[in-house]
Amino acid sequence: MTATPARDEADKALVGLPLGEKGIHAADEPIMRRVKTKLTSPFATAAALIIAAIWTVPTFGLFVQSFRPAAKQVGPRSDGWWNAFFDGQFTFKNYVDATAAAGSQSPNLSQYLINSTAIVIPVTLFVLVLASMAAYIFAWGNFRGRHAMFIFVFALQIVPLQMALIPLLQLFTQVLQLPAGSYTQLWIAHTIFGLPLGIFLLHNFISEIPGEVIEAARVDGAGHTTIFWRIILPLSVPALASLAIFQFLWVWNDLLVALVFSGGTPDVAPITQRLAEISGTRGARDYLNPAAAFVSIIIPLGVFFALQRYFVRGLLAGGLKG
Amino acid sequence: MEFVGGKLLQVGIAIAAFAAVIGLIMLLVDRAPKSTRDKVTVIGFLAPAAILMIVGLVYPAVQTSYLAFTDAKGTPNGVDNFVWMFTQPEAVITLRNTVIWTVLVPLLSTVFGLAYAVFIDKARGERILKALVFMPMAISFVGAGVIWKLVYDFRGAGIEQTGVLNALRVAVGMDPKQFLLDAPENTIFLIIVMVWIQTGFAMVILSAAIKGVPVELVEAARLDGANPWQQFRNVTIPGIRGSLVVVLTTITIATLKVFDIVRTMTAGNFETSVVANEMYTQAFRADEPGRGAALALVLFLLVLPIVVYNARVLRQQREIR
Repeated sequence: MTATPARDEADKALVGLPLGEKGIHAADEPIMRRVKTKLTSPFATAAALIIAAIWTVPTFGLFVQSFRPAAKQVGPRSDGWWNAFFDGQFTFKNYVDATAAAGSQSPNLSQYLINSTAIVIPVTLFVLVLASMAAYIFAWGNFRGRHAMFIFVFALQIVPLQMALIPLLQLFTQVLQLPAGSYTQLWIAHTIFGLPLGIFLLHNFISEIPGEVIEAARVDGAGHTTIFWRIILPLSVPALASLAIFQFLWVWNDLLVALVFSGGTPDVAPITQRLAEISGTRGARDYLNPAAAFVSIIIPLGVFFALQRYFVRGLLAGGLKG
Repeated sequence: MEFVGGKLLQVGIAIAAFAAVIGLIMLLVDRAPKSTRDKVTVIGFLAPAAILMIVGLVYPAVQTSYLAFTDAKGTPNGVDNFVWMFTQPEAVITLRNTVIWTVLVPLLSTVFGLAYAVFIDKARGERILKALVFMPMAISFVGAGVIWKLVYDFRGAGIEQTGVLNALRVAVGMDPKQFLLDAPENTIFLIIVMVWIQTGFAMVILSAAIKGVPVELVEAARLDGANPWQQFRNVTIPGIRGSLVVVLTTITIATLKVFDIVRTMTAGNFETSVVANEMYTQAFRADEPGRGAALALVLFLLVLPIVVYNARVLRQQREIR
């Protein structure tokens, strides 16, 4: 068993190295470039391409479908989306109808897009600030029961949302008298549900900041607030960025919280809720569903690809440690 | 575009109010007398998040735990809801489906994710190949529902098929199939959607973990005569064990809570319901909050071992440091 000692080494390396170094440097530093394992055989290449194809075709199919005329999608003359490449019939009309057409029957997506944006931006900001404050205290504060409390927060991640919805809704409407049909309920609910994961991810990152840095600042007379705003936050930008993307995607793509707290009015309901409505009912406008789905997907997809790098780093900061 | 202005204003006011609250906390912490400053800091930094989580998560969880032992009118009825859950055929199917989901989704996503990560490691166009599989992560469950409904689309035999899978079936001479209606295999077709979404997550984490395995180890194993499979089995896998555990537990928790996919694709009909969906149905549709709460409690108990395990790992890491 020639490889056994190597395995022990690998274990030591995994446990011993502080994560920031591993996660970030491994990706950036050419020194760490690995020797090519010979696993990349023709078989592996073929398997990878097949997986890639299977993973892409469903989305691609819908994408093509979204540009096909109504008669080609539903009704007696309809056929599969792949036929579009033979009949060559493409149109932008679906997108125009889905976003801009007036009337209560039309999807009216542009309005819901604005709602989604108005929900997601404040929530992301709230979670980032509140979670980083709490994470800082959990990582560097000094009080009894710190570890126990942190593990409790970690455990809160698993409280099923469904469990929290009814009591929270009662609280909002009966105790706090928050007006229905405003963003406030959605902002607060989403912020609450985002905090446990946010605190957990940021704590993993913030606790890896070298203690000497903070100690040095303290010797220079800096208080907690100064250390937090001037040292902790700037050093945590990668983790903050990844949490921001997480939170953005999570809130943008949410349906359940929206169903319960938006009151279903076009004034505040996000685009996912509208998409669920129009795709959940069969009707004369079924041909708009693919275009509507793509309108709802395009913004998170753009954010995601633009900031992919941070996303992955943040996942790793949470991942390898937790 | 009048309504846009109004909405912008609301957002602006909310952010300003939030900034004012945070500013006030910072001011109070800074001005606190030296003797109590540490305490005030802890309270000031922790209180906003703590209050929100207590109100929005802890209190509801406690209340739901109590509700689980009451009937539709709110009077305590002992363990009746749990008896119902484990005896009614539909409820038992729900539990069975949940078990199938929580076994298959983490397993398949991790296997596909790991295989793909290994196959494309150092390949040409690695970034693009990664992005293709990663992309579903950014798509909402509702959007995924629309995408996969088209894949599974069914038309009667003899009519032009619009779904890829049924078109393929017809092309090879089989009858078209009602993928989402035919129980029990329709659960598998819903699971495929979740695997499609989660594989990218597994792949990205495991890919980065693989790159973190020191070059020297792999090289040493190779020089010792290990073939690629042995290198993978004896060097790479142990090197990424921590990440594997994280991936499996994260996906398991996500799967236990899965709701949107079932909701948008079958609404839990045709024997496809899972605990998280049944909970919503019982509590919000059937006016049986007690039963819904009991299901929520069972879900919580199912996830608990995973959390205990993770908490132990957390503690061990602290001791190492």
